[in-house]
Amino acid sequence: MKARTWIPLAVFGVLVAFLAAGLKLDPREVPSPLIDKPAPLFSLPLLHDPTQAMSPGQLKGQVWMLNVWASWCVSCRHEHPLLVQLSRTGQVPIYGLDYKDKVGDALAWLEQFGNPYTQSLVDADGRVGIDYGVYGVPETYLIDKEGIIRYKHIGPLTPKVIEETILPRVRELNA
Amino acid sequence: MKRFLATAPALLVLVASLGAAAAPAVAREAAPLADDPVIEKRLMALAEELRCLVCQNQSLADSHADLAADLRQEIREMMQQGRSDKEIVDYLVARYGDFVLYRPPFKATTALLWAGPALLVVVGGSMLTVALRRRRGALADDAPLSEEEQARVKRLLEEEADGEGPRA
Amino acid sequence: MIPEIGHLALIIALCLALLQGVIPIWGAARGNAVWTAAARPLALGQFTFVALAFSCLVRSFVTDDFSVLYVANHANTALPLQYKVAGVWGGHEGSLLLWVFMLGLWTVAVAAFSRHLPDEMVARVIGVMGLIAVGFLSFMLFTSNPFERLLPAAMEGADLNPLLQDPGLVVHPPMLYMGYVGFSVAYAFSLAALMSGRLDATWARWSRPWTTAAWGVLTLGIALGSWWSYYELGWGGWWFWDPVENASFMPWLVGTALIHSLAVTEKRGGFKNWTVLLAIFAFSLSLLGTFLVRSGVLTSVHAFATDPERGVFILGFLAVVVGSSLALYAWRAPKVGLGGKFDLSSRESLLLTNNVLLVAAAGSVLLGTLYPLLLDALGLGKISVGPPYFNSVFVPLMVPLVFLIGIGPFARWKKTSFAELARRLKWALGAGVVAAVVLPLVLGRWTPLIALGILMAAWVAVTVGQNLLTRVRATPGGFGAVPNHYLGMELAHLGVAVVIVGVTLVTGLEQEKDVRMDVGDTATVGGYTFRFDGVTQVPGPNYESRMGTLTVFKGDQALRRLHPEKRIYRVQTMPMTEAAITSNLVRDLYVSLGEPVGAGAWSVRIYYKPFVSWIWSGAAIMALGGFLTLTDQRYRLLLGRRFRARARRGEAAGEAAR
Repeated sequence: MKARTWIPLAVFGVLVAFLAAGLKLDPREVPSPLIDKPAPLFSLPLLHDPTQAMSPGQLKGQVWMLNVWASWCVSCRHEHPLLVQLSRTGQVPIYGLDYKDKVGDALAWLEQFGNPYTQSLVDADGRVGIDYGVYGVPETYLIDKEGIIRYKHIGPLTPKVIEETILPRVRELNA
Repeated sequence: MKRFLATAPALLVLVASLGAAAAPAVAREAAPLADDPVIEKRLMALAEELRCLVCQNQSLADSHADLAADLRQEIREMMQQGRSDKEIVDYLVARYGDFVLYRPPFKATTALLWAGPALLVVVGGSMLTVALRRRRGALADDAPLSEEEQARVKRLLEEEADGEGPRA
Repeated sequence: MIPEIGHLALIIALCLALLQGVIPIWGAARGNAVWTAAARPLALGQFTFVALAFSCLVRSFVTDDFSVLYVANHANTALPLQYKVAGVWGGHEGSLLLWVFMLGLWTVAVAAFSRHLPDEMVARVIGVMGLIAVGFLSFMLFTSNPFERLLPAAMEGADLNPLLQDPGLVVHPPMLYMGYVGFSVAYAFSLAALMSGRLDATWARWSRPWTTAAWGVLTLGIALGSWWSYYELGWGGWWFWDPVENASFMPWLVGTALIHSLAVTEKRGGFKNWTVLLAIFAFSLSLLGTFLVRSGVLTSVHAFATDPERGVFILGFLAVVVGSSLALYAWRAPKVGLGGKFDLSSRESLLLTNNVLLVAAAGSVLLGTLYPLLLDALGLGKISVGPPYFNSVFVPLMVPLVFLIGIGPFARWKKTSFAELARRLKWALGAGVVAAVVLPLVLGRWTPLIALGILMAAWVAVTVGQNLLTRVRATPGGFGAVPNHYLGMELAHLGVAVVIVGVTLVTGLEQEKDVRMDVGDTATVGGYTFRFDGVTQVPGPNYESRMGTLTVFKGDQALRRLHPEKRIYRVQTMPMTEAAITSNLVRDLYVSLGEPVGAGAWSVRIYYKPFVSWIWSGAAIMALGGFLTLTDQRYRLLLGRRFRARARRGEAAGEAAR
């Protein structure tokens, strides 16, 4: 009978452990169910040449990065210099998905802040974004040679993420 | 109000068809905002079960956010195409995961969640029954009462039966 | 200057709280009468300084002192006065000060109304409450100082969130916190009993009024929150199972169980360990709620601005307070003393079944609220648990509980015959079934859920009436002689029936129309006709409003005008929808403006919500019932004796000192 009275304390201890773990988690982050699944196909007009369209199917055979951005997105400005720098190293081609944006604003924004994208595609109504499970901007996907999504980063990229997670993955997928 | 933004395309059609008359015509019964009230009702019922992904814990039905409006529009179109509720839910889960469902699906990982309440009642109930039985055994049997004591007891019990009886 | 005084007052309060937490408990353990007697003065002292700090913060708000960071973040010169005052608790730091203020109030109340209790018990109770104050005051001083300066001072404040600029903010948080904090008294009583080893029916009798008072206030606090979100948020919802709402509901459920468990322990002396554990749980859940709301661990529309450092501190505090009390329980919970004997079928058993159901309900709410965190922490994916889960789990638990409400008061203590109960109650059940079949049809719509709700409500109402009648007949002196604690119980139970009627009928019978209205257009909802009369621009004290006018008709007769608004608050430029509501006893008519859709036309949402006000009236009746039990004669006699006891004690102390 005496041992039983320690049960509430034990249960509480477990609860505290979970709450402590919870302090390190972000309850608002939505992990993607598309990891290790084929990148959804689409055909969207290019930002710099609306008469032409592109589809991810054309990129099979190479490892590439899809960065979802918009000119109205404030946090995108924080990651943009990193993208520009990354594009200069040529380690991985970056394609942009211009999400729910006006073409004029987008072009002006790239003029001002630099264009790291091999190509940028216009997703005017956000439908392609929904297909990719986009819920906030910016988001970045890493897609392999077979067109399978291998990694998704939610929020602005940081030097740490690029160095420690993305570039090693790129090297792995290229091998 | 939350639907108003989502039905913008429908509104445009409505406004266009009514013309750009500045002065209102003869007073009449107000038209429903939605193109198809039946689908709208079904949409809202489904949207109550789905989570707005960018909000601080609001349903897709209640949210004003842009993404919520986009998703409602997407669902509306799918319903108009004749898709079933289950197909629509699967579509969203394929893209956003189980997080988008306010009613967690029953899986191995959520078994404890769904079984928990019943388990609590069963465990609590059995613990109570065991405890009551045990204490009944633990307490000594009462010695039989004399006739006088029995009569007194009877009187006291009748008093108690109607409430809490004499206060301590 | 004033903010510095406030800051200093908090520091002094912390020191006094530390003394208050340590000295009386040590004195009680050592049998030192002087140290034991220090409890009351220390409590009073601590409260004085907390109150001083609170007044300083209020003054800073009222005088628009934007050199105080907290004021600059939550106020504005154009803010109406009542919201300047209420804004004190509109953010994290200030709400903590409100918490500590309430704790001080309850401590002083315990100090004042405990003359009939042994000094060592009072010392321990006040001591425990002092230790809790130490935790909150330290938390404030080290991580969330409301008096932190902003230098150079801001020219203008960032304004209070428009959603909070409402009478609801003036009453809901104070009531809620008073309730939350009130459970600390029962908690302190439990720990005092464990420390002294005196865990008996008398302890239960002393704890009971404090628990009931806290419960009543918490009931009101939760009801006010529900009502506020109903009229404020613009779409007529009144409960969302949001984590912060759940955080207030769980202590309420356990508190209800505690009240009933105390009845068993007081009457029969049994199940003391369980009652003590419940008291610890109730307050622990209050603290857990405080953690959940401020740590960022869960997403909620109600959550305060979060900060990992704060989260760690509160978690640590939670771990220490709850952990030490559970450890004390494990160590000191008596192994003997089973109390009076009672049968498997008796009032005691029914009350304990009530406990099982209420604790299971609280546990389910906790499970649902924390499950997403649980899975995420284990790396098992991310899910959401929302209203569909809670509704499907909570309602089935409530049905048997409500059923018990009818049976319990008829059951005898110690031993009761279920056959006899069935015989006495069969008419009540019959009446319930008839009502369940007939009433929904009369009101226009019959579904199994509506019928179930009516059955439960009618069952409670009829059994309450029947029980009351039986009691009055059996009491010499009639109704006037029936004790208040009994009347309070019946009133509180009746309140439950009223709430059930409200919930059932509004969920089952509400109607809604979402329409586009030109000037002159009409829409008919729930038998009422609404005519749109246009929208005008109206400036407010700190906002610009587009105010719509709708005239409500019943048939041909115009009833009244409604003025829903679309406001833009000047500072935060946040658009706000102010719904227009007209209520009477049996329905609310609720109108919300949407957006202009061109040519003077607007989208409008109109709701017919039958019996929705019964939800909050029912809660108020429940609270009233609780408060009524506090006015019972036994407590009034005790208060009268206090003066004599104090005199006697004074003499004895005088004797001892010589």
